[in-house]
Amino acid sequence: MIKTINLTKTFGDNMVLKNITTTINRGEVVAVIGPSGSGKSTFLRSLNLLESPSNGFIWIDDKEITNPKINKSEIRKHIGMVFQHFHLFPHMTVLENVMYAPIKVKNQSKAQAEESAQELLAKVGLMDKINAYPNRLSGGQKQRVAIARALAMKPEIMLFDEPTSALDPEMVKEVLDVMRDLAKTGITMIVVTHEMNFAKEVADRILFMDDGRLMEEGRPEAFFSKPTTKRAEEFLSKVL
Amino acid sequence: MNLDFSQIVPSIPFILEGIGATLKFVSVSIIFGLVLGTVLALCKISKRKWLKWPADVYTSIFRGTPLILQLMIIHYAVPQLFLYDIPVFLSAVLAFGLNSAAYVSEIIRAGIMAVDKGQVEAAEALGVSYRPMMVNIILPQALKNILPALMNEFITLTKESALVSTIGYMDLMRRAEIVGAQLYRNFEPLLVAGIIYWVMIFILTNIGSWVERRMRQSD
Ligand SMILES: Nc1ncnc2c1ncn2[C@@H]1O[C@H](COP(=O)(O)OP(=O)(O)OP(=O)(O)O)[C@@H](O)[C@H]1O
Ligand SMILES: [Mg+2]
Repeated sequence: MIKTINLTKTFGDNMVLKNITTTINRGEVVAVIGPSGSGKSTFLRSLNLLESPSNGFIWIDDKEITNPKINKSEIRKHIGMVFQHFHLFPHMTVLENVMYAPIKVKNQSKAQAEESAQELLAKVGLMDKINAYPNRLSGGQKQRVAIARALAMKPEIMLFDEPTSALDPEMVKEVLDVMRDLAKTGITMIVVTHEMNFAKEVADRILFMDDGRLMEEGRPEAFFSKPTTKRAEEFLSKVL
Repeated sequence: MNLDFSQIVPSIPFILEGIGATLKFVSVSIIFGLVLGTVLALCKISKRKWLKWPADVYTSIFRGTPLILQLMIIHYAVPQLFLYDIPVFLSAVLAFGLNSAAYVSEIIRAGIMAVDKGQVEAAEALGVSYRPMMVNIILPQALKNILPALMNEFITLTKESALVSTIGYMDLMRRAEIVGAQLYRNFEPLLVAGIIYWVMIFILTNIGSWVERRMRQSD
């Protein structure tokens, strides 16, 4: 369970997150949507402390991760993250990318890490690319490797920041399919996305952000058919 | 024209022995400079002021004064202070290593800054801690970009190494001077030394290009 209480973030004088309070339950799939610059990425990045919140609290299960004494690496072991621009390690092969963190962070043996890496790469359909370097892959393939790399740490929570926004249209589906399968496994997922259909079909709940505020949250059917705020209504009329 | 190489032929082996002496101290200096330069570079990119400013001051001093002055201070002034007779090899390695570290640290700092910030974030998000992130992810990528600049620094260092002849280190240069003084003929031994320096740099340059080509292949 993730709980944020009055989560606030400022960059200089710019208040980017304003008192965000919400709870995300174990196994829930949450889609975060909203206009550009509304703070979606900052919210997501606060959850694994890539951004340090200026105010407020974040609890993950029974740990307050906003406590300054917290060991960030320890927290991040349990939270996977997938970025818009993949950020694969370019000097490592696909297999090495996936094996790296389990070996270095979890002290797994090479054999053990390789076995689970192969399993994950098979799941995302990339067994034939195992020894390729990232620059030999298409965008969709890169993103599937990035998902496998994050999953290799066996996280309880997965964060996705616009995982398909940098992809050519024909590659969006292969990545969304992997995410759809993942959603069924019961892992907690928080997905910042512009893919409204994906949000509608897969998410259990929508968080709508605007100007640093969590304006509205609700089940997708309700949110998409009858948004309660004017801002959400305007936003939906533009993107749907 | 008064050129006569026949007289220096017997002295050529004596000059050649200087190659080993030069290479020995140059390679030790390069490694010393590389290690210290990396540490300095990491200090410079640190958010902690007390790590950053000493590294900046260090670089400013070693880049802002003549190398030969640094060499002289280490070899002649330090013994005066500490009553310790410093061996020429140690002076040479210290002066060149410390000096090179200042230049190398700037090269590496620029190389690290040029690595995509997303790489740090990806590593951090996986829970990778600072040291393995630097060693396994950031530095290998930085190194690839800065290889030409580093190679250039090594070549400069090899050429400038002739300065150690001034403190009596028996390198190529010093030996050529000795032969010149013995024969009262300076041109021929200096020419021989010049050719040897040129060949060494030529080889070094080619090794550099070869390594660069190898690294490109993995792209
Ligand atoms: N590191 C930073 N320093 C300063 N300002 C920042 C930083 N990161 C984000 N911001 C600002 O915070 C605001 C919210 O940014 P954020 O990236 O969270 O928005 P977003 O909803 O993810 O937008 P997009 O849909 O374009 O990705 C923006 O005004 C942005 O300029
Ligand atoms: Mg964003």
